[in-house]
This record gives sequence, C-alpha cells and structure tokens, in this order.
Amino acid sequence: MDKFVAKHIKDLAPSGIREFFDLVLEAKDVVSLGVGEPDFVTPWSIREKALSSLEQGYTSYTSNKGMYRLRLEIAHFLKKHYSLNYDPDEEILVTAGVSQGLDLAVRAIVNSKDRVLLVYPCYVSYPAVVNLAGGKVVEYYTSEKEGFKIVPSKLKEIIKRYNPKAMILNYPSNPTGVSYTRAELEEIRRVVMKGGIIVLSDEIYDLITYGYKHTPFPGLKRTKQKTIYLGGFSKGYAMTGFRIGFACGNRQVIKEMTKINAYVMICPSITSQLAAIEALNSQKEVNAMVREYTRRRNYIVGELNSLGFKTFLPEGAFYCFSSIKHTGLSSVEFAKELLKKDRVAVVPGSAFGKRYNDFVRVSFASPFDDLKEAVRRIRNFI
Amino acid sequence: MEDILEVLENNARVSLKDLAKLTGKKEKEVEKEIKKLEKKGVIVKYKALINKNLIKDGKAVYSLIEVKVSPQKDVGFDYIAERIYRFPEVKNCYLLSGTYDLLLTVEGKDINTVAKFVAEKLAPLAEVKSTVSHFMLKKYKEDGVILKMPRENKRLSITY
Repeated sequence: MDKFVAKHIKDLAPSGIREFFDLVLEAKDVVSLGVGEPDFVTPWSIREKALSSLEQGYTSYTSNKGMYRLRLEIAHFLKKHYSLNYDPDEEILVTAGVSQGLDLAVRAIVNSKDRVLLVYPCYVSYPAVVNLAGGKVVEYYTSEKEGFKIVPSKLKEIIKRYNPKAMILNYPSNPTGVSYTRAELEEIRRVVMKGGIIVLSDEIYDLITYGYKHTPFPGLKRTKQKTIYLGGFSKGYAMTGFRIGFACGNRQVIKEMTKINAYVMICPSITSQLAAIEALNSQKEVNAMVREYTRRRNYIVGELNSLGFKTFLPEGAFYCFSSIKHTGLSSVEFAKELLKKDRVAVVPGSAFGKRYNDFVRVSFASPFDDLKEAVRRIRNFI
Repeated sequence: MEDILEVLENNARVSLKDLAKLTGKKEKEVEKEIKKLEKKGVIVKYKALINKNLIKDGKAVYSLIEVKVSPQKDVGFDYIAERIYRFPEVKNCYLLSGTYDLLLTVEGKDINTVAKFVAEKLAPLAEVKSTVSHFMLKKYKEDGVILKMPRENKRLSITY
C-alpha cells in the first residue's frame, strides 16, 4: 500500500517518541505526569448547555464562520478582559480548537517554501503544520540559561538572517510554562514589526496564569493587523474534547481562512459552539481551577527542585520543564526507565525540539494525591 | 488564608507539611494561621464525609422534620430552637421563612427510633405546635459532594 501514500506525508517526520507513548498507554498502574489536558471535567453548567441544546434540536450546520452569537460573545469577552476590539462579522472565525485555527492560518498565509519561524521548545504540531502547508521551518532555540525565553537581540538576528514570512508565538508555553510581561512583549513586538512578519499567536493557555494578568500579543501597539490571535476553550474551561476555539485578526486573512474552513470542515460542531457560549460566562469555575493549579505548581516545583531536577517556576499553563542533565540519561531513556522501574510517566523533552534532550515535561494537571504519589515514586527511582 | 481554607475544605487530612508546600508558605506560618482560624471559630471541626449506605449494618434512617413552634417573648425562636437542637438525634437545625419555622434533619438507626424521638421528645414540647416528618429515600449529594463511587479516569495517560 506504500505506493498510495503521498510523498510529502511519508516525509513528514513521525513523532520520535511514538514508541514511548505506546509503552505508557499499555502500562498498568501508572501515575501519569504526561497529560496535556486538565484533569477537571468540563464545568457542569457548560455540559448541561450542551445536553439541553441537543434536546432542543440544535443539530445542524452553522455559518462557516461559526454562529454569530458565539462570535459576538467572543468579541465581548476579548473587549472586556483584554480591551481587544474585533468585529464579530469579519475578524473572528470559530475553529475546532486552536489546532485547527493554526492549520487554517498557516495554510492561508504560507506559500510553498515560505519560511515560518518557530520558537523552540514548542508544541509538537507546529513544525508538522508548517511542513504540510509546504513551508520551511526556521528554528530559533531558546536556552535554559535564558529561562527558555525569547531574547529580542537573538530573535532580531534570526529574522534578519532568514527573513521569515511568519512566526508562531506561544505563551504561556507548552512545554515550558514560560510567559512574558507586557514590557518583554513590547521588545519582541519591536523586533517582529521591524522584520515585517505576521505573528500567529497561540494563546490557548491565556486563562491559566499565576499571579499576573496575561497580555495578548494583538493588545500591543500596531500589532492587531499583523497578528492572527488564536484562542480557545480547551485548557481554561477544561473543554478539550469539545474541540472549540477561535481565530481573530486581519479581515483579509480571516476571510481566506474561512474559505478553507468552508471546504474542509464546514464548521465546528454546533453542540460545542453552544457550550462555548455558556463557557464564556463560567469565569468562577475557571478561577477555582486556576487556584488549584497554582497550589499544585507550588508543590511540584518545590519537590522536583529538592529532588535535584532543576525546574523553573512556570508562569502559566500547567507544565514544568525539568532538567535531568545530572542523571546522564537522554530524555527518552530517562522517561523509559522511570516508567519501567517506578511507573511514572513524563514526556521526554526531545519531543519538543532536538536540543532538549536534557529535559522532561512534567504536567501538574493531575490531582494532588497523584502528584504526591508520583513524587514518592520518583524519589524511589533516584 | 482563603487558600488554606479551600484546601482543608476538600481534604481536612492534608498534612501541615503538604499544606505549606501547596500554599508556598512556611510550615510554622500555616500552623499559626490554622490555630487562629480555629480560635476564631472559622474552622469549626474536622470531619469525614461518610456514605453510610455502603457500610454493612451501618445503614441509618434520615428524616427531614418541619416544625411549627410558638416564639417566646424576648428570646423569639432562639430559646425553643436551642431546646430542640441540643438533642443528639438532631443533626441540623435551621430557622426558615415560610409555612413552618424550624427544619431539622434527624438521624436514627431505623424508622421506629426516629418516630419515637418525634412522638416522645419533640412533639410534647410545649412550644411545638405541629410537626411533619419526611423520611429520606436516597441521598444523591451532600455538602457539595456527589455520593457516587468515583468514576474512572477518562483521559489518555499521555498526550502532548
């Protein structure tokens, strides 16, 4: 059957740690710190809205842009929380999660061989999405020494050297939990705007921040027209399985993204869209989840550091990116050994970029008792 | 402080050490704050929420009892309420607006025990004008906790 598979798909690098994932999925009695989604179930009011919408017979297609009411609510939310102004008619597109929003944005923007700058370590789908669209990835590797943060002067140098058309930004970051203050973003903005590139800003973790308020990239001066802002409901509202998010930005790009969407997806599920409207009125539940993540973060970061795994305090999301350098093992070896000997799962750092073999991603989206048990097992392991 | 209460409300058995780690405070500090909360009466007591339906021979009968009473001069409802809530059979006692005055929840080992309490102790009180007892058939949720066996984890154990 091999001959039927398209070459560019065959060439798409398979995730190097698929084999490790299979090991974890087969293993029994595992305490997993390897999960990239909340352990909370979607708040009941949101689930109830989904149920009642089905009872009322909402089972049809919606506009390719998504339901107007949802777009309007998104516009209100962004205005109220971030003072962002997006026109629900032409500047907002409802997507099946940020994953689809990113794919649409890349496809709408990238010509064959156009360069897209990625900031590593990054979420695994970014390079794949760029490659699928025929683009070329420009790699910018942040370092542990610099706290895995973008250094504006280095960014400037890379943009100058490779002249990328677009850049994918993600903060708070999966896998590092790194985020940026307004002042830091302002410096990045200056470099990016000078470079004349469009920013695809994946801000899916915007609601999960610790002790500071998130600044969206399009909230900075003169960035709105040059940013595709990607947000969603998966993480903050614990709605991963609903597959629902949104893209906001320049009306021309949103129009082209909507065109692609009309051909390949039509629209996200109407059930999820209606649930999302309800979600936008569920800030109380979101705040309670964030308070719980905050406590778990305090706990796990303290424990990992005291066990000898150097770990920064994440500023957002629910991950720590811990150093395993002192063990002398590669990240995959470490993860395999830890799984085999003491049945704790973490994600090897190499999944997020080839230079991160000395790190593992530890998710604290697990109940406190699980974190405690995992710490006990890791202590036993070392 | 709210942080400590939020943790304790969900798990009163958490150790001081863990509580300190979770809230990013020193153990001594947490201990002091808890003492203060206890002294002020903010933390009233620490108890386990037990689903007695799952205990063999441990099944109890619960009754909600509506009580109409005559309030007394100067002390209003407080005096008669106290006379009633001091009975150990009374687990909860609320003064309500509406068609009756006090709502009690009463626990006993069987219907007879509860009926006997109502007939012999509660109803004969001079200020009690009438009572209506409702026996509870099933408890679904108590103190914000759904009384069902925990569901298994539905997440994949590893994802990006």
